[in-house]
Amino acid sequence: MDDILLLDAIERYKKGEMTAQERTFFEEMRKNKPDIDQMAVEHTFFLNELERLGERKLFKHTLDEVENTLMNEGIIAKKQIKTKAKIVYLWNRYRRTIAVAACIAAIVSISTATIVSMYSEHKQVSNLTPLVADKIKRIEAQVDNIKDKLDSATAATPSKPKFAANFRATGFLIDGNGFIATNAHVINNARNLIVENKKGDQFIAIPVYVNKSNDLAILKITDTSFRKINALPYSIPKASSELGEQIFTLGYPKEEVVYGEGYLSAKSGYSGDTTAYQISISVNPGNSGGPVINKNGEVIGIISSKETNADGVVFAIKSKNIYKALEEIRTSELIKLPSVATIKGMDRVHQIKKIEDCVFMVKGN
Amino acid sequence: MNILNQEQILLQGLAANDKRAVETIYRENYLTIQSFIVKNNGYPDDARDIFQEAMIVLYEKVCSGSFELTCQIKTYLYSVCRRLWLKRLQQMQRYNPSAENIEEVVSIEEELDAHEKRNADLMVMESALGKIGEPCKSLLEAYYLQKKSMPEIAEFFGYTNADNAKTQKYKCLVRLKKIFFAQYKND
Repeated sequence: MDDILLLDAIERYKKGEMTAQERTFFEEMRKNKPDIDQMAVEHTFFLNELERLGERKLFKHTLDEVENTLMNEGIIAKKQIKTKAKIVYLWNRYRRTIAVAACIAAIVSISTATIVSMYSEHKQVSNLTPLVADKIKRIEAQVDNIKDKLDSATAATPSKPKFAANFRATGFLIDGNGFIATNAHVINNARNLIVENKKGDQFIAIPVYVNKSNDLAILKITDTSFRKINALPYSIPKASSELGEQIFTLGYPKEEVVYGEGYLSAKSGYSGDTTAYQISISVNPGNSGGPVINKNGEVIGIISSKETNADGVVFAIKSKNIYKALEEIRTSELIKLPSVATIKGMDRVHQIKKIEDCVFMVKGN
Repeated sequence: MNILNQEQILLQGLAANDKRAVETIYRENYLTIQSFIVKNNGYPDDARDIFQEAMIVLYEKVCSGSFELTCQIKTYLYSVCRRLWLKRLQQMQRYNPSAENIEEVVSIEEELDAHEKRNADLMVMESALGKIGEPCKSLLEAYYLQKKSMPEIAEFFGYTNADNAKTQKYKCLVRLKKIFFAQYKND
């Protein structure tokens, strides 16, 4: 209770509500009792602080009122829904920057995509080498030339006009009537095609089927001088072969037929291509289109390409692709694939002797 | 009447919390400040906050009686707003050093420090008021902030007489004081 009286006294003193008598009494008391003086100082400070808060609030109130008046007059921008205003404001402010950034982003992403796609295509090409001898050596050509001259000087007439080829590959008969399987990349862009047997007889051929995705092509010999071969010595199986199977091939990496031997190393081709086998065999440009034959005389595939960076990694199209191709070909004659291998059980030398009649050099320009 | 005299009258109005004086100052200065702030990474909403703060600084300075008009109100307000805004930018870490190159027109660094201290003190008082609870808060606010008379308060709060209300008020005041000084000394 004393405290409250004291507080009241201090307040009245501060406001100047005391009479002169009370005033002197109060001041006297403060002088004599330091604790009362201390309390008076403290309370005065506290009251000042409280009053200041009051003044501040009043002034703030005035400010808000003025602000409202001006806002209604449109001098101060009105408060809007905050998030929306912020977005609109940001948009207005950074419109140009955003446009520039978007353009740069677009350019960067397009160019990156282009570079990436170019690079990946490039890689594909560089890792696979098609086995076509597309540059027949100049010396070879000169030799041919001289031979021709000699022939014309000595013998009576050459059977065919001279054919200037700019590539060479291999193909083999799949039907005795003159149907030859080879690679699509071999005859790519060729205007004229001829096939040549090991004796050197040349026949004109035309493509009847080309499939670039699995690299298979089928040619037909149209030359009338071609004599049909009644029974092919090998067969063409539909089923796939087993890993480790011994295989061999015949092909024309040079002007005469060449034998090569190896084994089947994987059931899929380049980067998991299931239409092809991976085989391990030594091949060279010109072997493209050659038959891959197992010891039973079955043609299990067609040599198509090899991996550039690795030795002895060769890819061969699976033979069942030939069957697929036949379903798509519509020719006047029916192509009948050989189903019985007559060379089964023979030794390799005899097998080759039979087969080499059916393996042709494919040339073109 | 010259400009300085006109401004002196404005400032007197401001000290008396006169609405017309405040409005005149607003009309003459607000748009300049707003364009400064918008140019320096701010929004119009920020400008309103900053201008109010600057007005409070000016008001307190005038009230304290220490204000000598060494420059125009316009210049003073601009300097204060600029300082306040740069400080706010630094706090938000959107600091734009280009604004730093503008020459200091009036030195207001010390004043602003004092202003900040006052602000902190008032915050303590306000939070203390928030803690004492009703009806103490309303009672004290009615007497000390809104300056209502004791009989008025007694009637409004339903006390039988002014003396009762007064006793109640002092009880509340003692509690507020306790909370206030506890916080004040902690700071």
